[in-house]
Amino acid sequence: MSEEMKTILDIKDLDISFKTSAGTVHAIRGVNLNLCKGETVAIVGESGSGKSVTMKAAMGLLDSNAVINSGEILYTYTDESGQEQTADLLKMPKKQLRQQINGQRIAMVFQDPMTSLDPTMTIGKQIMEGMFLHKHMGKEEARKRALELLELVGIPDAEKRFRNYPHQLSGGMRQRVVIAIALSADPDILICDEPTTALDVTIQARILDLIMDIQKKMGLSVIYITHDLGVVAKVADYVDVMYAGKIVEVGNVNEIFFAPCHPYTWGLLSAMPDLDTDDERLFSIPGSPPNLLHEPKGDAFAARNQFALVIDEKAEPPMFQVSRTHWAATWLLHPDAPKVQPPPELEAMLARARKEAEKYL
Amino acid sequence: MTDRSTPILQVENLQQHFPMGHGYTVKAVNGVSFEIYPGETYGLVGESGSGKTTIGRSIIRLYNPTGGRVRFLGQDISGKMSRGARAVLRKNMQMIFQDPMASLNPRKKVADIIGEGLDIQKRFSSRSEREEMIAAMLKKVGLSPEHAARYPHQFSGGQRQRVGIARALIMNPQLIIADECISALDVSIQAQVVNLMKDIQQETGCAYLFIAHDLSMVKYISDRIGVLHLGYLVESGTKEEIFSNPIHPYTRSLLSAIPRPNPEIEKHRRSVQYDYASSGIRYDQGTPQHVGGTHRVLGTREEVERWREK
Ligand SMILES: Nc1ncnc2c1ncn2[C@@H]1O[C@H](COP(=O)(O)OP(=O)(O)OP(=O)(O)O)[C@@H](O)[C@H]1O
Ligand SMILES: Nc1ncnc2c1ncn2[C@@H]1O[C@H](COP(=O)(O)OP(=O)(O)OP(=O)(O)O)[C@@H](O)[C@H]1O
Ligand SMILES: [Mg+2]
Ligand SMILES: [Mg+2]
Repeated sequence: MSEEMKTILDIKDLDISFKTSAGTVHAIRGVNLNLCKGETVAIVGESGSGKSVTMKAAMGLLDSNAVINSGEILYTYTDESGQEQTADLLKMPKKQLRQQINGQRIAMVFQDPMTSLDPTMTIGKQIMEGMFLHKHMGKEEARKRALELLELVGIPDAEKRFRNYPHQLSGGMRQRVVIAIALSADPDILICDEPTTALDVTIQARILDLIMDIQKKMGLSVIYITHDLGVVAKVADYVDVMYAGKIVEVGNVNEIFFAPCHPYTWGLLSAMPDLDTDDERLFSIPGSPPNLLHEPKGDAFAARNQFALVIDEKAEPPMFQVSRTHWAATWLLHPDAPKVQPPPELEAMLARARKEAEKYL
Repeated sequence: MTDRSTPILQVENLQQHFPMGHGYTVKAVNGVSFEIYPGETYGLVGESGSGKTTIGRSIIRLYNPTGGRVRFLGQDISGKMSRGARAVLRKNMQMIFQDPMASLNPRKKVADIIGEGLDIQKRFSSRSEREEMIAAMLKKVGLSPEHAARYPHQFSGGQRQRVGIARALIMNPQLIIADECISALDVSIQAQVVNLMKDIQQETGCAYLFIAHDLSMVKYISDRIGVLHLGYLVESGTKEEIFSNPIHPYTRSLLSAIPRPNPEIEKHRRSVQYDYASSGIRYDQGTPQHVGGTHRVLGTREEVERWREK
């Protein structure tokens, strides 16, 4: 294997449940995900499908009512003595995870910025804290670096903002402070959970460019969780599509945007609004998201899938291979299944997208 | 039916400054004026930190405006409020907050969070009616009645956001300030929620102040749009006026940066840059210039003429 194809994070058969007063919620049902050094993977999928929980598991930050039923999360890194190590993050003692991995080698930007900021501490202190703790920087050096990071994420008057408390910032400024904190660690892996939901498109572009820049310079590997398919199109090498606690399709970014295979992905792309949308009603996937309090039988998407086959009600589809990099878990890809095309409106949209892309290929 | 020719909300010259000590004042909102009519959706877009949330919070009186006037349903709600004005505000205006985690009481079950307003205003005649209303609302936002007994932290980000939406919609207010209310939802559930908001609007004639950064969605849902930059309303008009004929350089730069869900286009895109400091424009020197229809652009006469020629 060449240098850039080296796996740095390998999630295998991850399975997690939550105990609630209404019963057990089987939230993660066998997730496999692979991240290579220097690459960017985007996870998209339904709200509630398990994107954040999967990544919180890697950070050892699951809620106390979570039960890990099985799986491993293998992280490969170079230790202080230059030796290559592979560790299962799920088995690593919490203390070691906190002291050696989290926020240093693997940094995460959480979905809800307020939950990772301390409301009683100025943002300046919060950015410098990690640098004192992990990088043993002096006060002046840390302050200089913190100001530099604030400028980089586009916060004007950084000197003055240093003394602000989180509630005195706008939603998007808080989000950028959290990104600055994550970057201050110079991590190997950066996990960004909805990092730009509060950013306008110009500042969003600036942040994504900044992260891509650091990637080029430092070989950073990045996982983005996002609902914004424009962001995915811009940054991703590979895309994982998640539905009801499983990855149902994975492929390189062009395969997912130009030739998707899973009916859930078809529905998702069909629901994408664009500037020309003026229909009375927006398209949304019919039916409601599965409630994982009740174990789905067969394919979890079957009830909402206009192309569902009889077998979908009975058995869960395995991953079928479409190309060297493209896989999807749908019985429609079984050799004996009838040949099905995406819905005509989507097919037209995909054709348009492919044509527009041709100019650059 | 409500009178559609009288605005439900009038914001005049709203100013919101935050003194920070050390002689430093954050001038979040600087003389913003707009109005919203019954049954209308007004979209507010702009740079992160430009004052969108602050405008919402000042209108619903989580802040005391430092200048200007806000009238809602014929009552002045900007200065010292009369008891009557306070009641009108409480009953008829709701806000969906940008940060769901911070706005939902972590120690309360979701059913009680959604039902809180109903409880205060005694909007039901029996426990079972209350439960039914909550269950129906949960379903409408794509959650399940079985979620009612959970606490906010036991939800995903987008599920939590929908709890905030349910809490506001269940009150049937006449004005809803929706601050980035669909940002944590996948596009299919976004569509479901936007359809729901439109249905409710048709049914009840309510109005929305829709704050969002997803410009395709803002264009879809809004009748009129205001573009905010550094606390100034730099351009406003119908969605057609703004999207087909953007004039202010900030608006143009914003529209040019809208990402396209196409990996090849995104990898090669160039957008129009705009930097206020080096632009030579002084927002405090400009006045809103009428350029036709309801279309207004902030600037001096010469500036706006120059921008229109380009
Ligand atoms: N502590 C908990 N107790 C019970 N259920 C939980 C808990 N935390 C998460 N869940 C459930 O697990 C599922 C997966 O949640 P997760 O936060 O990973 O979703 P997500 O894909 O990140 O969604 P979103 O896009 O809305 O953020 C959801 O159905 C959620 O309700
Ligand atoms: N309570 C407060 N105290 C001091 N400053 C504040 C307060 N609330 C907001 N501000 C400041 O007011 C300005 C506008 O913030 P606001 O939250 O209104 O922006 P926004 O347009 O909603 O941005 P975003 O899109 O990032 O949410 C920012 O500079 C912010 O720091
Ligand atoms: Mg999430
Ligand atoms: Mg805001």
